Amino acid sequence: MKNSLLPFRSLRPAINVPRRRYTTVSPGAGRLNVPTDYSTSSYLAHTPSQTYNLHTDLPKHIRSGKTKRTNYFTAVNDALRIILTTDDKSLIFGEDVSFGGVFRCTSNLTDSFGSSRIFNTPLSEQGIIGFAIGLSASGYTALPEIQFADYLFPAFDQLHNEASKMRYRSGGAEMFNAGRMVVRMPTSAVGHGGLYHSQSPEGFFLGMQGVIVVIPRSPVQAKGLLIAAARGADPVVIMEPKILYRAAVEEVPLEEYELPIGKAEVLQVGTDVTLVAYGTMVYVAEAAARAAKERLGVSAEVIDLRTVRPWDKETITKSVNKTGRCVVVHEASRTGGMGESVAGEVQERCFLRLEAPVTRVTGWDTPMPLAFEGFMVPDVVRVLDGIKRTMEY
Amino acid sequence: MVLLTSLRASFCVGVARARLLPPPSTARYFASSVIARQNAPMKQPPHSDSVLFPGAVNSKFTHELKFQRPQDLPAIPTYRLIDTHGEVVDKSREPDISQELALKMYKDMITRADKFLYGMEIWSLHLSGAGNANVSAGEEGIAVGSAAALAPDDVIFSQYREQGVMMYRGFTLDEFMNQLFANKFDYGKGKNMPIHYMSERLHMIPHSVGAAYALKLDQSSRIAVCFFGEGAASEGDFHAALNIAATRSCPVLFICRNNGFAISTPTLEQYKGDGIGSRGVGYGIDTIRVDGNDVGVTFGESGFILYIGIMAVREVTMRARDIALKEQKPVLIEAMSYRVSHHSTSDDSFAYRAKVEVEDWKRRDNPITRMRKWLESKSWWSGEQDQELRIQVRKDILKAFARAEKEKKPALENLFLDVYKVPSRDLEEQMAELRRIIDEYPDEYDLEAFDRGREGL
Repeated sequence: MKNSLLPFRSLRPAINVPRRRYTTVSPGAGRLNVPTDYSTSSYLAHTPSQTYNLHTDLPKHIRSGKTKRTNYFTAVNDALRIILTTDDKSLIFGEDVSFGGVFRCTSNLTDSFGSSRIFNTPLSEQGIIGFAIGLSASGYTALPEIQFADYLFPAFDQLHNEASKMRYRSGGAEMFNAGRMVVRMPTSAVGHGGLYHSQSPEGFFLGMQGVIVVIPRSPVQAKGLLIAAARGADPVVIMEPKILYRAAVEEVPLEEYELPIGKAEVLQVGTDVTLVAYGTMVYVAEAAARAAKERLGVSAEVIDLRTVRPWDKETITKSVNKTGRCVVVHEASRTGGMGESVAGEVQERCFLRLEAPVTRVTGWDTPMPLAFEGFMVPDVVRVLDGIKRTMEY
Repeated sequence: MVLLTSLRASFCVGVARARLLPPPSTARYFASSVIARQNAPMKQPPHSDSVLFPGAVNSKFTHELKFQRPQDLPAIPTYRLIDTHGEVVDKSREPDISQELALKMYKDMITRADKFLYGMEIWSLHLSGAGNANVSAGEEGIAVGSAAALAPDDVIFSQYREQGVMMYRGFTLDEFMNQLFANKFDYGKGKNMPIHYMSERLHMIPHSVGAAYALKLDQSSRIAVCFFGEGAASEGDFHAALNIAATRSCPVLFICRNNGFAISTPTLEQYKGDGIGSRGVGYGIDTIRVDGNDVGVTFGESGFILYIGIMAVREVTMRARDIALKEQKPVLIEAMSYRVSHHSTSDDSFAYRAKVEVEDWKRRDNPITRMRKWLESKSWWSGEQDQELRIQVRKDILKAFARAEKEKKPALENLFLDVYKVPSRDLEEQMAELRRIIDEYPDEYDLEAFDRGREGL
């Protein structure tokens, strides 16, 4: 398809020149740090039957339905289309959304639903979220898009001081809350976004009460979680790993469906160590788990957190009580990241079962630097090393 | 303009009557009066036709219940010096510019405009896998024209379409290329995306209003200058900045490039009022709108086009700088142009605007040629010289490109440096951890591309 405005798609050179790379990867036989091959990931459904086998919490009533090969941004687009079709009071707005948005998630929606429901806003994140809260508290389903998670911060006051505590301060009033708001934003590294286009700011939500934060890992997940978020009762922030928009492709059910918010998912059952990840990092965890099996004979259980706030303690506790070891992986910096929260809870809940301290494999405590993104984002080697240290403790 | 004049006039009368300030010789503005007002006792003359509401000191009473409708007010006019045919509109105002300066401006524009540099930016991105750069075709004139009017040590806060300003101040092709390639000579040490040029040497540091206030406190003969687009003027910080600049009377020039689009969003969806200029008036800031296309569109061989508004922008900026410095207060310049390029190298803007519209702009306004004609009419420039210049510029760019391309990336230690002035213990631990990983898995990390390789960490 013709791409119109995707800031971070990889550009094909106009002239055929050898391509330089920023990544730390040196391609070669037997190396672990090679680019993720999403087309062979066992966490993505490449055939219709895999769709229902892999995504075990897909509702029963759609299990006989048809699927279609769909990439991540198209799955988001499908979900938005379903929400707009089934909910007359839903609206999408944000910077550049009416022509499809910079990542094409809102393509063709203006044509179908009109410019009073899909529209560009002036360039003001604070305004966008404030506007969304007002709509939500008036019975409308507001689906604002923040162009990059990096641009979230001007809106943070609206999210933290308004949306997050609106229900609380109104004493649970029927309308006076921001529960019909779902904020979508692309997040995380692409390899060349640098300081202002590759951040993973989910850790900031750890100090924010009353807002749900979801990071879907795949097209099937993105569709079901977005529809569930739009129909739920609480404000939701959905962070979509932008590197997956085109890279992650699955057979996605055509019908509408919801996936459970607030629940983690075991992607791979194991016995020796629990790997906790979300977003892009589940694919790094997958490769590290494979390497751990082959090189160390270690059986890793891989869990996708899916909802990072409030996250699913039950599933993690159950797993760590079984394996006795836990490694948490995320791109965001170590300090203030999800790893702190997971490690803290796990040591309290699983202390007597733990064979080793919870290990964190994360971004460093620096901003996201362009030329060194490949060293900032955890790679397969670092995750494998984390598993090894945990096993050898 | 009527709005501006009447506001100022009534303000002066009101102030004079209330004896809050010495009778103003020129229109003294709200900014200074606010400070004076706070210190002076508020006196209400008997039988006054107005009350000195602290929030609106010059508002007269009226019996008419009438809403002020923006559409009834005339739009702020756009100042221009040279018309679309290249003729000086007001013959008494032949541009006051030396041959040397005019040629420097012209050459800088050509260099920045040259499709080769444009092409190189894209090419370098391909090579580096970097992905995205913002280009400024259509707005060079604003940058170069305003830079020409500023003092070399004025403090500039720029965005990513101000390459013209940097070039005018002597940022070299090598320096541009080093940043584009994020190589070891990049001043940002590889931390920024392409086009985030910066230079301490050229006084490009953030946050203009605070800097302007610092200059004011220092009783400096410099001012601060801030460049931004009309899209950025929707953000809260724009409004906060203008308001603080006005209330604290900061010597700052706000130069807004109104190029019609914020990525895909046209100005009609960005604001409803009379451009960005009306906001300056609203905040009590001297404001002018200027034709940023005053001189210049050129067609490169590949159809690369450039608008240049230079003469009018230069003149307006000189006058504005004078006001900002002598009267110690902010001034807003809204320079109108049309972004004929795409938003960035990965944008195809024909998805959201008609190609014909862009073509129409190219046809309607062709100022680079006109500037050349104007230079030629003064016998300052010739066709041969133009040809030579363009060839030379391309050579220079290719050389700078080749030099920057073969340089290594900054040393790996830069990943951890400059977070704090001195790395924290946490960061030292994390550096050691990365060293350990690289040493334990040497085959997994290729450090050849980085300055000093493994030793660079």
